Amino acid sequence: MAEITLKGLAHSYSKTPASHGDYAIRQMDHVWHQGGAYALLGPSGCGKSTLLNIISGLLEPSEGDVLFDGQRVNELPPEERNIAQVFQFPVIYDTMTVYDNLAFPLRNMNTPEYRLDTKVREVADILELTPLLSRKAKNLTADEKQKVSMGRGLVRDDVSAILFDEPLTVIDPQLKWKLRRKLKEIHERFNITMIYVTHDQLEASTFADKIAVMYDGQVVQFGTPRELFEKPAHTFVGYFIGSPGMNFMEVSHQAGSVMFGDQPLPVESAITRHVASASSSNIKLGIRPEFIVVSDTPSRNALPIQIVTLQDLGTYSLLSFTLAGQLFKARLPEGHAPLGSNAFAEFPIQHISLYIDEYLVETGYE
Amino acid sequence: MNNKVQNNRAWLLVLPMLVLVAFSAIIPLMTVVNYSVQDVLGPNARFFTGTEWFESILNDSALRAAFARQILFSLTILAIQVPLGIGIALIMPKRGWQASAVLILITLPLLIPWNVVGSIWQIFTRGDIGLMGWGLRELGINYNITRNAGDAWATIILMDVWHWTPLVAMLCYSGLRSIPEAYYQAARIDRASKWAVFRYIQLPKLTNVLVIAVLLRFMHSFMIYAEPFVLTGGGPGSSTTFLSQSLATMAIGQQDLGPSAAFSIIYFLVILLVSWVFYTTIMHMQKDKNPHGGA
Repeated sequence: MAEITLKGLAHSYSKTPASHGDYAIRQMDHVWHQGGAYALLGPSGCGKSTLLNIISGLLEPSEGDVLFDGQRVNELPPEERNIAQVFQFPVIYDTMTVYDNLAFPLRNMNTPEYRLDTKVREVADILELTPLLSRKAKNLTADEKQKVSMGRGLVRDDVSAILFDEPLTVIDPQLKWKLRRKLKEIHERFNITMIYVTHDQLEASTFADKIAVMYDGQVVQFGTPRELFEKPAHTFVGYFIGSPGMNFMEVSHQAGSVMFGDQPLPVESAITRHVASASSSNIKLGIRPEFIVVSDTPSRNALPIQIVTLQDLGTYSLLSFTLAGQLFKARLPEGHAPLGSNAFAEFPIQHISLYIDEYLVETGYE
Repeated sequence: MNNKVQNNRAWLLVLPMLVLVAFSAIIPLMTVVNYSVQDVLGPNARFFTGTEWFESILNDSALRAAFARQILFSLTILAIQVPLGIGIALIMPKRGWQASAVLILITLPLLIPWNVVGSIWQIFTRGDIGLMGWGLRELGINYNITRNAGDAWATIILMDVWHWTPLVAMLCYSGLRSIPEAYYQAARIDRASKWAVFRYIQLPKLTNVLVIAVLLRFMHSFMIYAEPFVLTGGGPGSSTTFLSQSLATMAIGQQDLGPSAAFSIIYFLVILLVSWVFYTTIMHMQKDKNPHGGA
């Protein structure tokens, strides 16, 4: 049981990192509280596996500290950190039975046989592996193997944390939810810190209480799934979370109004003030596809749009349209009135958020 | 569902292969079978002998001794080369130019022809000019492969280990490289000792290449001819005369075509039988571990 703190942590695979680009993880501070269920979400190559391996001790960070309950553990190898890690591909010891697989970490620690047996049976029971205990691990299905490798982490007393590195990649889709539910159950029962690496936002949001979104070697936002959806702190979060991702418009300030191309956009006055006083020219407005209102009759704040495609996706329709030469996506609820050749889109001002240099600017309304 | 087209001309496509196999395997083997059951005295004088040659070969005490030596030799080199090959593969560098360099160095002995290997060791072990023979003598060790059967044996085994361990090492090296990094990481997290990593990760993953290595090395060593022939000529006495050399003496030296044909067939069947038994046993053991047929 531990609280894991990353202090001024950075990692580069090159020995003499010169620029930003040389870092797999750019300098960051982060705290994973004891007992939390966290997800580390990001695209391939954003540094999330590197970060996980630094926490487990398979990698030593080139800068900064890793603290377990305030204790610096940088130099401690994984075997001394009391951490469990479940890998993308199930790692099992082929020639052993399921029982021996689960007992393996305990035997390596010279645990007395009577305590070992109780512990192994307890963990097998939770993971529903009891009927398989005497089977050779080699013959199990992928999801059973993944449960065995998880079980090897759980049998040890006082595991500081369990780290998951995309553990459901090789699992059949219909079994994924079952295993995910099992993970949740284990988390609630043992109150262990769990960090779950994935590139699947659905997996992240069903598993975790809080998600850290990583992009380009940095945690760009750390929040609940709801916060990530409603208030993306970075344009990448807006784009990565949600399906489809957020729409962004590059805007500028002209004569007291916010201009998108040559189109003045109706926005909150606070946003107009921020845009007017911004020193950067990288100014974007974001709106979720869910919040765009589309109709075939003009209204006060609606802008004329050109429809590209309208896809029926069952529970909703996905509309692609262009405005001022840029492609937008909008999610229309089921049963939305059919659109004619003249369509208009309205961006409700309370749902527009402002990004300067890719980061969210809090404009003060609620 | 039976909508296959019947066309006997398809046999024409199989014919070239049949002819090839006939010339490469069946016909030569049948001539041997032919000789093994007849006594050929001249172009027009041949007598059917039945199993007479086979019986005389099986009862020949010199050949039985050669067979025992052959088995002892194959088992000895397997017992040395397999563990040694695994050991070398384990300490070989895993990546970078060092890995390539070591790989090339280690495979060099494999490229040397059998006769040359024999000659190299023949000179190497000579007491007057050979580095090893001279060196051992200078150290006061009475080493002489032409007089001392023990020395001859040790030298032949050493030579074979030098020549062929690289093959085992290379096979094991490739097997080790195919183990995903996650296995080693998981083992570290599970606090496995180095021995446990070897015993429960590396060795099981090497099973398949080891089967190949053992089969190849068994077949190879059971047929060994040129190297001991050049090095010791089968001596001193007949202490290093292996089966191939006995066969060559019988067939070429004495022109005993009937007995040597029978000998060849028995020799061939022994190799086939041992390899088959070994292979099916291993495969059967793996099947036992796998009663539900999953992969």
